[in-house]
Amino acid sequence: MAGAIWAVTESGDDGLKSISFEVIACGQALAEALGSPLEAVVMAADGSAAAEALAAKRVEAVRVIEDAALAPYTPDAYTAALVEAIKAEAPSLVLFPHSYQSRDWVPRLAAEVDAGFISDVVAHHIDGDDTVFVRQPYQGKLNSDCVFAGDGINIVSLQSGAYLADDAAAGDGAAEIVKQPVNLAAASRTEVLETFQEVENKVDLSRAEVIVAVGRGIGKQEKLPVVEELAEALGAQLAASRPVCDNEWLPIDRQIGSSGQTVTPKLYIAVGISGAIQHLVGMKNSGTIVAINKDANAPVFSVSDYGIVGDLFDIVPELTNQIREAKGTG
Amino acid sequence: MKIAVCIKQVPEGDAHLKIDADGISIADADLATEINESDQYALEAGLRLVESQGGEVVVVCLGRDRADEAIRRALAMGAERAIHLNDPAFQGGDAAATARALTAAIERENVDLILTGLQSDDAGWAQTGPILAARLGWPSATLIMEIEPEGDTIKVKRELEAGWFQWLRLPLPALLTIQSGISTVRYATLKGIMGAKKKEITKVTPVDIGLAPDEVGAAGRKTRTTRLYVPEKTKGAEIIEGDAATAVATLVEKLQKEAKVL
Ligand SMILES: Cc1cc2nc3c(=O)[nH]c(=O)nc-3n(C[C@@H](O)[C@H](O)[C@H](O)COP(=O)(O)OP(=O)(O)OC[C@H]3O[C@@H](n4cnc5c(N)ncnc54)[C@H](O)[C@@H]3O)c2cc1C
Ligand SMILES: Cc1cc2nc3c(=O)[nH]c(=O)nc-3n(C[C@H](O)[C@H](O)[C@H](O)COP(=O)(O)OP(=O)(O)OC[C@H]3O[C@@H](n4cnc5c(N)ncnc54)[C@H](O)[C@@H]3O)c2cc1C
Repeated sequence: MAGAIWAVTESGDDGLKSISFEVIACGQALAEALGSPLEAVVMAADGSAAAEALAAKRVEAVRVIEDAALAPYTPDAYTAALVEAIKAEAPSLVLFPHSYQSRDWVPRLAAEVDAGFISDVVAHHIDGDDTVFVRQPYQGKLNSDCVFAGDGINIVSLQSGAYLADDAAAGDGAAEIVKQPVNLAAASRTEVLETFQEVENKVDLSRAEVIVAVGRGIGKQEKLPVVEELAEALGAQLAASRPVCDNEWLPIDRQIGSSGQTVTPKLYIAVGISGAIQHLVGMKNSGTIVAINKDANAPVFSVSDYGIVGDLFDIVPELTNQIREAKGTG
Repeated sequence: MKIAVCIKQVPEGDAHLKIDADGISIADADLATEINESDQYALEAGLRLVESQGGEVVVVCLGRDRADEAIRRALAMGAERAIHLNDPAFQGGDAAATARALTAAIERENVDLILTGLQSDDAGWAQTGPILAARLGWPSATLIMEIEPEGDTIKVKRELEAGWFQWLRLPLPALLTIQSGISTVRYATLKGIMGAKKKEITKVTPVDIGLAPDEVGAAGRKTRTTRLYVPEKTKGAEIIEGDAATAVATLVEKLQKEAKVL
């Protein structure tokens, strides 16, 4: 591989986001395998603290793209900044986190610099001359191997949690910090008006010791008593996957996942939930996870401790009864 | 307001996925399909805008003959007409090749707004919308949960992580990718289904929209899928066997004695 590998990090109001180190970890592995230099990239209004933190890692250099137009984030400013930097430095492979922010602008960047773009990658391996990137299409039910088909610049975005931030190795000394000049005079067409949290969550599920979570497998709102009774028998809070809230079968403040709440109860029982990554990130660190699903291949089983494969309408009422008996309330 | 809504036909959520002999796609025979979930929400959002502002919704779909079913459903829900990019040359592209084809088809329609889903439930690249906007040189915003038209501009609510949101203003024309849940999706009524039979579906090939066949589909792609497979289970649940009563009894015992959470 000719040019450098860039690991583009993400900064927010509180500085460097921790997913940035996941990108560094992946970048280090690729740099070693391909014999290419790895450079970290910071994009921020003030990137000095982020640059210092990154310079302590094993990277050849830290490129800092600093401009007042980079906060608050807009897709126009971020795209313009990186297009200019890429044209000036010609890296061969550019890595990003697959975050809500990168989803918004990195496809535009790929179009502008005419790059191949493999998004939402969970792993990679080297196969002869090919670097193979693994994705999880079909909502995580299948895996696919992907390679780049062209010789030009390529872009990869990494699913959060796929690489470990702790694997980002420290360097021997502080890496060189390079200011990357950009000209962002053209105004962003997007005007950011207000950033806010919708409602104070009425139910704080993060404190619940036991959670029964229901997914689209319940079929319709009228069937909810099946899981409500289980929650009651367990003294548990009832929670849900996104489609259940989208359909307004349960209020949005019961949603678990990347756009809902993150929970770590002692016991999490997932009923009729397939286990898409956006749900799993909200519950996978729970103490004990039980999944009930009619599909033996549902991805939810991969993060669970115990599973029962079958129809929830047979299993859940039985579980409710036996829990009541075990607790002497039956 | 003239609005283009991009819809993709995907396997139904519960469909049994059998890997095809080609090793990179899902076997087609008897596959139950539906309109991609977030695209249904995009269509709903488009229809509501037209109901309040006037105008029309044109659905745009790249897919084979069987995508006709998805297009008819969109027309039955209330879209005015459809453009169906249907030609073998369109197949097997990556998001960039697909977006190039969609751009060429939509460009000649002079729309004010393009709505797409935020990602497909099958391939799930989450790229097509913003690439389309970049190709047109239009502003874009993703993960949209509310749209307020304001004349030459629109105000939109974008979803951020962990229950945070953001209000943005964009000049028109613009492209939005719609997040599931923006508003309840309507059902097609019987009248709608009957009416859809008379609505116009324009079938286009690459040449019809000014593209060479080698600019789209597999020939125009920069990424290549080499293998589709069932993931190896490295870790995972202890699956408890038996009929409902037996399995549940074992589970309860394990939760009490092994996990000690009951
Ligand atoms: C046989 C076969 C081979 C393939 N080989 C490859 C390959 O080598 N490389 C590769 O990258 N992909 C390949 N694909 C998948 C590819 O065709 C994707 O569907 C395409 O890349 C679009 O990406 P996406 O569906 O993930 O869209 P996303 O970017 O996730 O979709 C976002 C939104 O864009 C719109 N949209 C997407 N597709 C369409 C469409 N067809 N019509 C209308 N609107 C649409 C929808 O509104 C959707 O919600 C292959 C598919 C098949 C069947
Ligand atoms: C940017 C973004 C953010 C998102 N944020 C979130 C989020 O915060 N939270 C979230 O949950 N999702 C979120 N999603 C959506 C996520 O990708 C999935 O679509 C969603 O989690 C699927 O919900 P589900 O498992 O309930 O439904 P499905 O995937 O439809 O699964 C239903 C399951 O029920 C099973 N089933 C059906 N009938 C029965 C039965 N009778 N008995 C037993 N099992 C049965 C099926 O086998 C299937 O596995 C987000 C997506 C995106 C792109």
